Amino acid sequence: MIQAILVFNNHGKPRLVRFYQRFPEEIQQQIVRETFHLVLKRDDNICNFLEGGSLIGGSDYKLIYRHYATLYFVFCVDSSESELGILDLIQVFVETLDKCFENVCELDLIFHMDKVHYILQEVVMGGMVLETNMNEIVAQIEAQNRLEKSEVNRVLLCRPG
Amino acid sequence: MRSCVLSVFLFHRGEGFSGLFLLAVASVTLNYVKEAEIKRINKELANIRSKFKGDKALDGYSKKKYVCKLLFIFLLGHDIDFGHMEAVNLLSSNRYTEKQIGYLFISVLVNSNSELIRLINNAIKNDLASRNPTFMGLALHCIASVGSREMAEAFAGEIPKVLVAGDTMDSVKQSAALCLLRLYRTSPDLVPMGDWTSRVVHLLNDQHLGVVTAATSLITTLAQKNPEEFKTSVSLAVSRLSRIVTSASTDLQDYTYYFVPAPWLSVKLLRLLQCYPPPEDPAVRGRLTECLETILNKAQEPPKSKKVQHSNAKNAVLFEAISLIIHHDSEPNLLVRACNQLGQFLQHRETNLRYLALESMCTLASSEFSHEAVKTHIETVINALKTERDVSVRQRAVDLLYAMCDRSNAPQIVAEMLSYLETADYSIREEIVLKVAILAEKYAVDYTWYVDTILNLIRIAGDYVSEEVWYRVIQIVINRDDVQGYAAKTVFEALQAPACHENLVKVGGYILGEFGNLIAGDPRSSPLIQFNLLHSKFHLCSVPTRALLLSTYIKFVNLFPEVKPTIQDVLRSDSQLRNADVELQQRAVEYLRLSTVASTDILATVLEEMPPFPERESSILAKLKKKKGPSTVTDLEDTKRERSVDVNGGPEPAPASTSAMSTPSPSADLLGLGAAPPAPAGPPPSSGGGGLLVDVFSDSASVVAPLAPGSEDNFARFVCKNNGGGLLFFNREMMCVKKWFLFLLGRMFIFYGNKTSTQFLNFTPTLICSDELQPNILGFITKPVDPTVEGGAQVQQVVNIECVSDFTEAPVLNIQFRYGGTFQNVSVQLPITLNKFFQPTEMASQDFFQRWKQLSNPQQEVQNIFKAKHPMDTEVTKAKIIGFGSALLEEVDPNPANFVGAGIIHTKTTQIGCLLRLEPNLQAQMYRLTLRTSKEAVSQRLCELLSAQF
Repeated sequence: MIQAILVFNNHGKPRLVRFYQRFPEEIQQQIVRETFHLVLKRDDNICNFLEGGSLIGGSDYKLIYRHYATLYFVFCVDSSESELGILDLIQVFVETLDKCFENVCELDLIFHMDKVHYILQEVVMGGMVLETNMNEIVAQIEAQNRLEKSEVNRVLLCRPG
Repeated sequence: MRSCVLSVFLFHRGEGFSGLFLLAVASVTLNYVKEAEIKRINKELANIRSKFKGDKALDGYSKKKYVCKLLFIFLLGHDIDFGHMEAVNLLSSNRYTEKQIGYLFISVLVNSNSELIRLINNAIKNDLASRNPTFMGLALHCIASVGSREMAEAFAGEIPKVLVAGDTMDSVKQSAALCLLRLYRTSPDLVPMGDWTSRVVHLLNDQHLGVVTAATSLITTLAQKNPEEFKTSVSLAVSRLSRIVTSASTDLQDYTYYFVPAPWLSVKLLRLLQCYPPPEDPAVRGRLTECLETILNKAQEPPKSKKVQHSNAKNAVLFEAISLIIHHDSEPNLLVRACNQLGQFLQHRETNLRYLALESMCTLASSEFSHEAVKTHIETVINALKTERDVSVRQRAVDLLYAMCDRSNAPQIVAEMLSYLETADYSIREEIVLKVAILAEKYAVDYTWYVDTILNLIRIAGDYVSEEVWYRVIQIVINRDDVQGYAAKTVFEALQAPACHENLVKVGGYILGEFGNLIAGDPRSSPLIQFNLLHSKFHLCSVPTRALLLSTYIKFVNLFPEVKPTIQDVLRSDSQLRNADVELQQRAVEYLRLSTVASTDILATVLEEMPPFPERESSILAKLKKKKGPSTVTDLEDTKRERSVDVNGGPEPAPASTSAMSTPSPSADLLGLGAAPPAPAGPPPSSGGGGLLVDVFSDSASVVAPLAPGSEDNFARFVCKNNGGGLLFFNREMMCVKKWFLFLLGRMFIFYGNKTSTQFLNFTPTLICSDELQPNILGFITKPVDPTVEGGAQVQQVVNIECVSDFTEAPVLNIQFRYGGTFQNVSVQLPITLNKFFQPTEMASQDFFQRWKQLSNPQQEVQNIFKAKHPMDTEVTKAKIIGFGSALLEEVDPNPANFVGAGIIHTKTTQIGCLLRLEPNLQAQMYRLTLRTSKEAVSQRLCELLSAQF
């Protein structure tokens, strides 16, 4: 099971935080900070797995991460997940973001925080992999966009003047 | 220059939700200004709050906007304590986008406000019933995110129906499966098994691979708890896997990821199969073996793409297949192939693969079939330890070395680990120290090697050597007389180093105190030289070490009468006798006194060599388990147990250990290390030395328990400790009890310590014996204490107790004092129980049964059958019976598993003979305890007391 999905930038500013196991809010913040410090001190091009920090449960959990330009994508998982599988899942998530935002960058995550969450929800649900087929994920997101557009149009039409 | 994005929402552009906020992005290229952010955010929060509270009703659109802002502020790490209600309102909107953001807010930020949960549940219920797949999806997502018990109560019955209904859309099925999984995780009792389970299993045949993936996750979790119910999933999973593995990569188009067909589903299916043993049906089994072989074969094929994603996906499946092969542990052919494959990965250029290969090999090392094959990679693993750049990988290498270690390669592995330790990362040093200590002990053929290894360990990583490690080396040296001389010589040499670690001083002090005589013949290590060497370290050490050294000195007085005057001079010096530390001062005073008053015989008895320690699980192993989580270590140990012969030289005779019952926590006190010494063989000196003896013998730190006054639990801990001591803690006050029982007379030393910095006034302890107890026990306080106890001070009081007749209740010590103007009143039950007045009686089998028959009157026998509260360990049980006060009679009971004891309770009026028999039943985890004494009340009371101990 995936315990948490954390995305933060090179300075440790959280950009997407999703916990699938309940932690009190201040602990959530501490976990983000702890994880950032664990990941930050690692060179690029070394292994993508490391043991979880003490707050998230220590060596029973693994942090699986990828570093893209200014952002770290970290999945914290228990022993029931395949490390390489999760690594690929991060890739799928990022590629999907890239398709939806066209050359995704850190600012997209800030401006469209809600949308990023919706995309994530198509990939992971309640800590389990929901869908891995990128075409299917993108199709779902496009359907959402269409729904949204139709609603906006309706609102505009109803507005006086 | 650091550049940060200070992001706060300012403007509102009006059209289109994606452009809802034009965030004011101030790229602050100066140092990041945290306060500015906080200020800005507080302003924004105030604004949103006023909008929510304002008179003007907000339209859905504004609510959506503000709720989304709150989410962003939460992401930045600020507490959000409002907005929940507005989010709940959005749930019931019929606009998709409003509903969506409402659910998102609830999923991320829900608190356990029961009032809200009810409203949320209501909205979810409506959406689930809406038959609109999009709304259903949102609702299921929310349940899966929150997963609270209230939600499980409301929906655990409903979701299985959605999952297996024929007309449910695929996307909803996927969500429903994972939603159910989440609810099962949080509240398994609320998810009823039923007809739906068999239909869920058939989802493995579903057309839609997304549905199959979700269903496999669900079935895997359910099957772990209910293997029988989901047994049919095995053959379905095998055939599904077989279809994926053998398909051409063009078949499963959408689910082919970089030329690998459905890697996630394959991984999940292989995980599901790991819940079960190898399939019994030969056809299914053959098909599975074929799949696994195909996967292994594919690993050898040239890659279809240079992309890392291709190799990742392919290897994810491969590693999972290897896990399944290891789990089945039944096909030697596959196991060896798996091992060879992992061996290739050990030298792969991808760090991730090296990491995973090391990790998988750890489990492979514990299989009988492949242990030897794993061992052939030892050089590669050692090399990894030396050359890997990544600490994660090095740590896995250490784990694997630990797992592959056996008697044949232990010296090499231990040596490599020791040399790695010199440069190891600080974060993993302690773990390596523990591992080295365990391996050195477990595979020691030659105990001189063991002693050298541990001393090296202390030299290289002294700071990381925990107490358990040095306790253990002392226990082993004491238990093995073939190594004692060598140990003494080696520590003596090690102590010559100008700067040695304090842990070395502790080990050295202890060992020389016990076995210094073995090397005293050599003029280079004469008694005086030994003493001077130790004493040269004394002033550099912390208080506990100094206390230990003082005990070494008094042991020297016994071992080497010629250095007695020198040691007495040291003890007499002001820096000892008037030391500011109470413990050191007390030791100096008592040891000096002991060395002056006691005759050589008494000294020899009191300071006799430590008896062997009872064998029990290594405390180091316990510590490693605690550190690493029980699963990893235990498995390894269990599987390895068969291979490793008991290296501790078979069971040692268990001495009359008083603290064996309190799990391994040897106190730092020299004389009470681990096991308190046995009750002196001969009758203890009748006068004078008695009081002093108590202090020397009692292990004053073995029981430290926070105590609610009179707590029964704590009380019970003292029952099987005949001459032990302990500390009872109150909030402000510490009480330390040391006691000594001899026939019908008992003496108890009570130390009151004021742990605050404020005076206690009118400090009056009183001993209260209830009316019932009054005629049976005589207790009196010898001397009143000073009514004022200064902050931090300790006072001592002696209570004498005489047993007149048998009794059940315990006397109560009532302490009254004034603390900071308030009157305090504390009562403690003193741990004085009837069995304290036991005198053990040895007798032969024939005598025992003769007396047993004599006491056959029904009133004389009391029997109790009860469930074991502690692990049923023979040695611990023996120690407890001895600690209880009776003699433990070996070879009396025809059934060797039973325990038989005998003793006499001495009271002023009579002497009561007691026989006891304890019959453990390991299967049922039960005991039957029978007591026969000449007096019914005594049988009753002793049975109660002893039953509570197991």
